[in-house]
Amino acid sequence: MPDAAYEQGFRAAILDPTAETPAGLTSAFGGMPRKRFDVYRNNVTVSLTTALADIFPAVSRIVGEERFADLARLFVRAHPPESPLLFRYGENFAAFIEAFAPAATMPYLADVARLEHAWLTAYHAADAAPLAPEMLSAIPPEELPHAKFETHPATVLIRSQYAAVSIFNANREERERQRINAGIPENGLVTRPELAVRLTAVTGGDATFLHALMSGNTLAEAAEAAVVADTAFDLSAAIGLVLTSGAFVAVHVES
Amino acid sequence: MSTKTLVSAAYVAGAVAAAVSTATLVGATSAVAQEKEKCYGVSMAGKNDCAAGPGTTCAGTSSVDYQGNAWTFVDAGTCMDIDLPDGRMGSLEPLDRDLPA
Repeated sequence: MPDAAYEQGFRAAILDPTAETPAGLTSAFGGMPRKRFDVYRNNVTVSLTTALADIFPAVSRIVGEERFADLARLFVRAHPPESPLLFRYGENFAAFIEAFAPAATMPYLADVARLEHAWLTAYHAADAAPLAPEMLSAIPPEELPHAKFETHPATVLIRSQYAAVSIFNANREERERQRINAGIPENGLVTRPELAVRLTAVTGGDATFLHALMSGNTLAEAAEAAVVADTAFDLSAAIGLVLTSGAFVAVHVES
Repeated sequence: MSTKTLVSAAYVAGAVAAAVSTATLVGATSAVAQEKEKCYGVSMAGKNDCAAGPGTTCAGTSSVDYQGNAWTFVDAGTCMDIDLPDGRMGSLEPLDRDLPA
């Protein structure tokens, strides 16, 4: 059984192309195992960069496959997987992009990556039945302002200074190319009411409202925050969004 | 926390009633209940296949230093279709503002 020092050396060398073949490594063919190790090292890197391309197809399409592979390879070396479950990989990819100087020309890219990671997280989140309209209408009207909502396990809200949702939608699948004005701020609500992940673009007021509810504020507190943030906020439409998006599972009134 | 000033209880109750009746009319629950069968094949089930390309060692062993001047991020993909507010957009212009000091 390999000892800890051997494992540590192997781990250090597996993602570093300049590293020597780990000490103690032998080949069944005899001789120097250098080439065998290089092939293995290559497979590890390529499979991880390919996994990132599968998780972030829109980012890949935006920068181009080759550039994406370069970017992904740098990320893989800086942030090797922490879980053996590959669908958990890429959590800090958006932050990595944000700090990556050559990507500064595309300031929207990190938020597109956040939406893509949210999509994957939502896909693998626990199943839960979304809040039914009857659960809300069962609450006495005078108690409604104090109602608090329980967020669905799949729900993620991404607020962007850029048109991240439009860019995501235009690039997530092979579509005809179109001009997009990235300067329009957009907010993306990712939900999975049943088994299909959905991305809904929401207004600034709706985003403030949803964020407040997701943070445990009451309905009245969330409505007030949204009215302050956005004078055009429509509470009835926002509650409609709560019901149709499947972003929540339950509603309670604390006595 | 005061919630009386901008949002009254009656307003909240009215908004909820309107939203619930609309949601019931359009059948919110049926709208969200379209897809019930999970297709396990399409998720990231695991990537254990050999993705090496045809017997190469290049992709995993390449080490290139990327800097703004050496590697512009904007000459490929669909980023050329995305405009930014201050007039910058994806283009073939060289990047000169991200150089190391």
